[in-house]
Amino acid sequence: MDAFIIISLAKILVVFAVLMTTLAYLQWVERKVIAHIQVRPGPYRVGPHGLLQPLADVIKLITKEDLVPPYVNKPLYLLAPFLAITMALLSISVIPFGPSITVAGHTTFMQLTDLNMGVLFVLAVSSLGVYGIALAGWSSNNKYALIGGLRSSAQMISYELPLSLAIAAPLLISNTLSLRELVDKQDGGIWHWNLIHGGQIISFIIFLIAAFAETNRVPFDLPEAENELVAGFHTEYSSMKFASFFMAEYANMITVSCMATLLFLGGWGAPWPAEYGSSLVPAVIFAFAGVVALYHGINAERRRDKKTFPVFGVIFLIIAVVFLLPMVQGWLVPLFWFCAKTGGILFTFMWIRGTLPRFRYDQLMGFTWKFLFPVAVLNLLVTGFVVALLP
Amino acid sequence: MDVILFLIFATIAVVCAINVVVQTHPISSALSLVGVMGSLAVLYLLLGAEFIAAAQVIVYAGAIMVLFIFVIMLLNAGAEVKKGQSTMALFLGVPLLAGLLIVMCWYLQSWFPIGTTVHFGGFQSTAPHTGPLAQSGGSAHEVGIALFTRYLLPFEVTSVLILIAILGAIVLARKEID
Repeated sequence: MDAFIIISLAKILVVFAVLMTTLAYLQWVERKVIAHIQVRPGPYRVGPHGLLQPLADVIKLITKEDLVPPYVNKPLYLLAPFLAITMALLSISVIPFGPSITVAGHTTFMQLTDLNMGVLFVLAVSSLGVYGIALAGWSSNNKYALIGGLRSSAQMISYELPLSLAIAAPLLISNTLSLRELVDKQDGGIWHWNLIHGGQIISFIIFLIAAFAETNRVPFDLPEAENELVAGFHTEYSSMKFASFFMAEYANMITVSCMATLLFLGGWGAPWPAEYGSSLVPAVIFAFAGVVALYHGINAERRRDKKTFPVFGVIFLIIAVVFLLPMVQGWLVPLFWFCAKTGGILFTFMWIRGTLPRFRYDQLMGFTWKFLFPVAVLNLLVTGFVVALLP
Repeated sequence: MDVILFLIFATIAVVCAINVVVQTHPISSALSLVGVMGSLAVLYLLLGAEFIAAAQVIVYAGAIMVLFIFVIMLLNAGAEVKKGQSTMALFLGVPLLAGLLIVMCWYLQSWFPIGTTVHFGGFQSTAPHTGPLAQSGGSAHEVGIALFTRYLLPFEVTSVLILIAILGAIVLARKEID
């Protein structure tokens, strides 16, 4: 019992620390990706390549004056950011990041808690997240904020239907509601993933589109369309309250990316079995990066490259060697695949933000009700028939 | 432990339920109702009926109440103004409420034998007084089997009822447009 409590506390600490760092740096990555799409350098001043920019942003947001406008509905105004961030962080607790891990004789799952209805838990918590945004818009007593809150609640209710239907199809194939079992059933390579084996490409695309709308991202970011609504639902928020909405959006992005990975892309399973060398892939990637960095350190174009590139090269080579150690390979390689798949989906989020314009409001509503929803229902029906008829 | 948790969340549910009526602003009332739904979901979870708990949160707190709040926000309904209360309501209401509570207490007392307390997972194990589902447990699998075998007719009738409600809503909305 004591060991269980200590292990759980340690896991919560690790997941919380990693999640918070990821949230801060995801925003840096996004600014960099969009900057490079638009052919500009992005954040560059604070630290090398702007790497300390998230730290500077955090200090700025904490030390900023926390202004509560006099005309707001105070209890709800204070409750809204708290609700948004709580619901966003809560769903991480059921996401499994990898297989079990043994530390000092205790074996435990790489997951905070393994619910046997994890999928439903994530759906329930994310459906509560809309309260944060809707209440923020309403309690601000500001017309722009109110319109933003209204748009977001309408959008989230509408897109939740295709989202749930798209989730239901792979669940029919895997026949379980536990996220861990879901991954175990997709074990054994890319042809066992629900995306390929179950033929769920349509529901994967529907899931991604609906997830963009649920997280209020471009091209569905109408709740905060800045050229018509100032800043939408968080117009009246400043300092850490604004930051909690911001963090909630990024945490939701991470959650839906993890869900897409678990439901469709086989979770932490490698794309091909380990006997054909899939566990060597991370080591090869990092070793290649290290060799490239060392090469550029030797043939340096600028003077400072002589110092920085060899340091990074050696770090990459050490990481490559760590991936080859047999005692950590059992959990490090699956973790690598999980992070790689989730990172790929997160990159898609940024890519689309950098390349697509925003929808018009009637297009947004027409698209989900007249196209996405019927397609999702049809897909679910066909999947149901196939699952029922095939042995 | 089970009893303490039950008492905490039952108290929250009752306080929130009273708050729904007492609050003058519609948004506050609606939020209190969300609180009731949430604590009910926790009570279901405490009994081991995890699927019903999740469905409660997704359907009631996540969908229906969001729609309520959406409509309240859309109509921009203001706070209610308290008008002079009739003495008749006070004189008749208090005794009637007390009578109703007494009847309910007596009914529940006669239904459950003395000494039955809440225990974790009571929905799954041997609880002879909570209906046919009691023996089968509260997971999605068991609820699904019960819905599509034993309770198939009520299930289908309910879906037809909802369909009729949707048709009615469309007819009413069309009249408004014409």
